[in-house]
Amino acid sequence: MLELKNLVFEVPVKEGSKETKRIIDDLTLTIPDDTFTVITGPNGGGKSTLAKLIMGIEKSTSGQIILDGVDITELSITERAQQGIGYGFQQPARFKGMKVKKLLEIAAGKKLPMLSCNESLSKVGLCSADWLTREVDKNLSGGEVKRIEIATMLARDPKLAIYDEPEAGIDLWSFDRLTETFRSIHDAGGGRSIIIISHQERIIRLADSIVLLENGKITTTGTPDEIMPQLGLSRKMAMGCQLTEPTRLHITEIPTTC
Amino acid sequence: MAVDLSPIDESLLATIANLHGMPKGAFNIRRDGKLVERHSSAYIDIETKTDNPGIDIKVKPGTKGESVFIPVIVTQSGLKDVVYNTFYIGEDCDIEIIAGCGIHNSSHAASEHDGIHSFHIGKNSRIKYIEKHYGEGEGTGERILNPTTNVYMGENSFCEMEMVQLRGVTSTVRETNAKLEAGAKLVLTERLLTHDDQRAESNVVIELEGEDSSVQVISRSVAQDNSVQVFNPLVIGRAACRGHVQCDAIIMGDARVKSIPGIEADSPDAILMHEAAIGKIAGEQITKLMTLGLTEEEAEQEILDDFLS
Repeated sequence: MLELKNLVFEVPVKEGSKETKRIIDDLTLTIPDDTFTVITGPNGGGKSTLAKLIMGIEKSTSGQIILDGVDITELSITERAQQGIGYGFQQPARFKGMKVKKLLEIAAGKKLPMLSCNESLSKVGLCSADWLTREVDKNLSGGEVKRIEIATMLARDPKLAIYDEPEAGIDLWSFDRLTETFRSIHDAGGGRSIIIISHQERIIRLADSIVLLENGKITTTGTPDEIMPQLGLSRKMAMGCQLTEPTRLHITEIPTTC
Repeated sequence: MAVDLSPIDESLLATIANLHGMPKGAFNIRRDGKLVERHSSAYIDIETKTDNPGIDIKVKPGTKGESVFIPVIVTQSGLKDVVYNTFYIGEDCDIEIIAGCGIHNSSHAASEHDGIHSFHIGKNSRIKYIEKHYGEGEGTGERILNPTTNVYMGENSFCEMEMVQLRGVTSTVRETNAKLEAGAKLVLTERLLTHDDQRAESNVVIELEGEDSSVQVISRSVAQDNSVQVFNPLVIGRAACRGHVQCDAIIMGDARVKSIPGIEADSPDAILMHEAAIGKIAGEQITKLMTLGLTEEEAEQEILDDFLS
């Protein structure tokens, strides 16, 4: 179980400034074992920062982070990883010279047989065995490196997996497979919890619990049935801006003989 | 081993040539400027040069699937060993050559090995050449390695050269020259690690003389501490040919790296490209590996090992 108690994260308004701005504002949240939680909310609301605070990539200004009864607030990223937290980056790093198989093995913490590597990769839509010997470098597309990132998480199989916008950069065809993968991790149970930061309705619908984060605070929590109406189209329209009529557009000037 | 090799000698040979015992087939092992053991095979003949110190290695046409080992070790402080090794590789061969030099210097005087390797590669032959350089020893004496490599590639030949400086080499000036005839292809990979106050300079000149010849020069290096590296790879295209030069360096501590990849087209049909990058290890790379359970130090080492792999 993960418990966040009165978590605060502040940054200087400007570099060198003493005046601070709160990104996470006195946030308290409990994530029980065996649950699938989606954190959603508007851009700039503090979702990614919260995920980074749990992994230790950012250090909280005050408050406590407790994993299975152990206070991990002061632990490093490495120590938290060893305690069973995993993190799937929104924009994964690339490594010159590192083969996909090696990255999967680092993630798993042991040598892996080819079959096991292929299994992790096929779950993210990378089915060819050639992938194992490819390098995780700039020659991969954004979508490919993102899928490899998710495969490393599958190989690591952490007790608490945090995914920061896993759908970003993934094509629609692979997205179906991805949602299936999340569903099967969840169904497998074993005390594993998943936290996903997402705006995707189909991922949100998979969740046991949805947390709506705005301005660094939790504004609502509940099940998809409870929360979805609040996130629905009516809300999007209300928050969206009004379209304006283009004033100088003459249809006849647009060539139609392509 | 049958011959008298000390544990230091054996360790050096294992490091530079992955040798554990005498190799099979043709080989020539040299220590402190003298021959330790030599063996020719039915298809590969190794002979002592008559004009200069060194050996001629003659590979009969059509030789396939054989290896030649020619490692050199220097354990005597104050020794300057200069050696000329010339390969004459017949047509239609497919062989592997493992060279390399390891220096163990336990005293204050400089130890130096200058190996001048020349390759005459026959038509349609395929060569893989691996050369590793390594220095060690508790002494303050410099460990100097100045290799010169000259490659003459016949029509439609293929050569893959992997030149690696593992660590411990105080100073190196590397000169690599190649001339390629029509259809020949060269893949030259150089990987260097320097640390402490070490200096490394690498000058490469590749001349693409024939139609459809091509070269790929890949340099990857890591400069740590106060070390300094300078790269000067130059590809000259004199026909309808293709050349690509890529220099990547990771810089750490107070190290300095200068990279000047050059391309020169003497033919309007030459297609030449170069790229170079120097930078620190990205923080996001370290963070990523830490989220997989590695410590910061382990993550850094892993990134460097992969970069130089």
